[in-house]
Amino acid sequence: MNKLNLNFNQIIACRERAEAIAINVQQFIDKHTTVSIERTVLRLLGIDGIDEFGVPIPNKIVSDVLKLGNLSLGISLYMASALHFTGLNLNDFLAKYMKEDLNICSYPLIDVKLVDDILKPYYEKHLKKIKNNKISRTKFLQDSIRESNTDLYVIVATGNIDEDVTQAVAAAKAGADIIAVIRSTGQSLLDFVPFGKTTEGFGGTYATQENFKIMRTALDKVYEEEKRYIKLVNYASGLCMPEIAAMGALERLDVLLNDSMYGIIFRDINMKRTFVDQYFSRLINAYSGIIINTGEDNYLTTSDAVSEAHTVLASQFINEAFAKKAHLPENLMGLGHAFEINPDVENSFLLELAQAEMAREIFPNAPLKYMPPTKYINGNIFRAYQQNAMFNIVTTATNQSIHLLGMMTEAIHTPFMSDRYLAIKNAKMVQKSMKSLGEEIEFKKDGLIQKRAQTVLSEANELLEQISRDGMFNSLANGVFADTKRPIDGGKGLDGVFKKDKNYINVIANRMEASFSEN
Amino acid sequence: MKIKPYGDTLNDGKVQLSFTLPVERSPKGIAAAKEIAKSMGLINTSVVHSESIENGFSFYIVYGTTINAIEFDEIHVEEITQTALSRKDIEKLISEKLGREIVFVGASTGTDAHTVGIDAIMNMKGFAGHYGLERYSGVVAHNLGSQVLNEEFIKEAIEKKADVLLVSQTVTQKDVHLKNLVELVELLEAEGLRDKVILIVGGARITHEIAKELGFDAGFGPGSFAEDVATFAVNELINKK
Repeated sequence: MNKLNLNFNQIIACRERAEAIAINVQQFIDKHTTVSIERTVLRLLGIDGIDEFGVPIPNKIVSDVLKLGNLSLGISLYMASALHFTGLNLNDFLAKYMKEDLNICSYPLIDVKLVDDILKPYYEKHLKKIKNNKISRTKFLQDSIRESNTDLYVIVATGNIDEDVTQAVAAAKAGADIIAVIRSTGQSLLDFVPFGKTTEGFGGTYATQENFKIMRTALDKVYEEEKRYIKLVNYASGLCMPEIAAMGALERLDVLLNDSMYGIIFRDINMKRTFVDQYFSRLINAYSGIIINTGEDNYLTTSDAVSEAHTVLASQFINEAFAKKAHLPENLMGLGHAFEINPDVENSFLLELAQAEMAREIFPNAPLKYMPPTKYINGNIFRAYQQNAMFNIVTTATNQSIHLLGMMTEAIHTPFMSDRYLAIKNAKMVQKSMKSLGEEIEFKKDGLIQKRAQTVLSEANELLEQISRDGMFNSLANGVFADTKRPIDGGKGLDGVFKKDKNYINVIANRMEASFSEN
Repeated sequence: MKIKPYGDTLNDGKVQLSFTLPVERSPKGIAAAKEIAKSMGLINTSVVHSESIENGFSFYIVYGTTINAIEFDEIHVEEITQTALSRKDIEKLISEKLGREIVFVGASTGTDAHTVGIDAIMNMKGFAGHYGLERYSGVVAHNLGSQVLNEEFIKEAIEKKADVLLVSQTVTQKDVHLKNLVELVELLEAEGLRDKVILIVGGARITHEIAKELGFDAGFGPGSFAEDVATFAVNELINKK
């Protein structure tokens, strides 16, 4: 597909530059681990629950090692040593550990070669569950009735998981294909994952494994009734990227927000922490067949959507390169972009069309995530409904994959049930009435649309060249994305990053990486 | 002067409503929608559209006539009466009347992760063709970003010797923003700083009236730009001199 007559050599150059950028960062990633990665290892061994103060057990065990041990060796070694010397199975050990307030560092460390054999029965059980989830998802999707290649994506955000279920089921039955449960505001900055069912949250609902399970069960019921598999989304971002990925894998989530740089830029999380965490979280997503969604759309809510469009494309190339390093296939790379140009700009619709078509042509196999207008939605719900219709047209004409529905009450409140319903009907009407529009239209040679796309590509190429010259860390420190500068050693979570010892072991990462080289 | 909503004739009182009811769409549901409209003081109610939203919910669009009129002249609102100056005039005012750089420290505070508002006012590019405060000569603008806790915000304000504090609040679910805003005022008072700064709040659901009630100097809602905020702040600083 080459409707835009894009310079093919430039696309190749962009990929090469992004690859070089990612290789550089990957050298850092490979030498480090984080508290969140080690907690994820514990979770995938089957360790869950909280203590009497509400502290998750994985956090408690990792903090034992922070106090008395050396996390650079990996939690796998401590856990295996404890099981080896107590002679207990994992459940009995945990019961004793909690009851007697033991410390995981109380046991002599065993030879690292013995670790995998001791832990294998525990992690194999959970990895098998994840594999089975992947098989089920594939089957459900194959058996589902689909009217369009575009999945309609809506959010629920009541703060109460029971209320979320009511709204999600209503939206699914009205035609939504994907439901995202927005997280409670601020959860991304918690260095632990809350436990159990929750009914109190602000601007969203806490991401917990139990809440995942409750929503999954409700949406599976819709599948049974309507033979339409509804995908479930949450957020593997913030300080607990790999833990959320693990929980999502266990509870059969289908899509996770999982950007390599979003936390750095928009949540002021330390860049070393984020890069190391994103790798392991993506490895889990690749293993579980979960689609990642990246957050480039956010650049345009902070920066100008016309002058900074190339930063979105450059970032998509970088996210793609990092995703490849984590073994994610192209059909799981839900790269993000957005419809955020000021509608008062002359021909803004044509510019949006050019950029959306460009993303489609450059990433033909990616389930692109296209975000609706938000920045120039102003409280006039009637105007917003029109803007959303224009957005829906671009999606249909350019065959976007994951279409996040715009709400006419954006900037007023979290959506009412009817807001979501009307948004679905709006999109459905466009999908049906303009079904073959994309196949019918060609763009005028060297016209406004072709020129716009080529300009953005050229600018992205220049930016990638600059980033590969300056290095990723320095570029983020210089504010290359979203006009936001982040110091290399600033932000939250750097104290949770550790250099791996030469004897470091992570049984989960080893197993997953091995599974990719087997295939 | 008594007024009513205007449909197509003066004081015809025509209004439109739309809402969802937690019942199936049925003749009874439609009658219920009409009753709801009547209970709001509307007459000649007409349910012009209804449809099912699945799962025991239905959606209605209703027209009606309000019997109530209000006396327009008796309405009083707290509003910022001054008209915004241009960036050039503001810059001139700063250099002539204050003769020094003024420091704005802004953030989206509490757990609020939305920066669209504070970015629109503070960042160089501004919003919809209105440059942000960073662009102004005579202004030093520090945008601390999102999820800044009140304590940290105050600490930064002291360190940066702020003249003006800008707080942005977007998430207003269950009035979480009000609690956060009141807490900021209390903390500033406890630190003895409240009178030393111009304190301004902005956001989609903020009005000047609410802001004053909460103990802020001013509040800016949707459609406000850097010029509006800067004009108010600079004039206040001049008055305080």
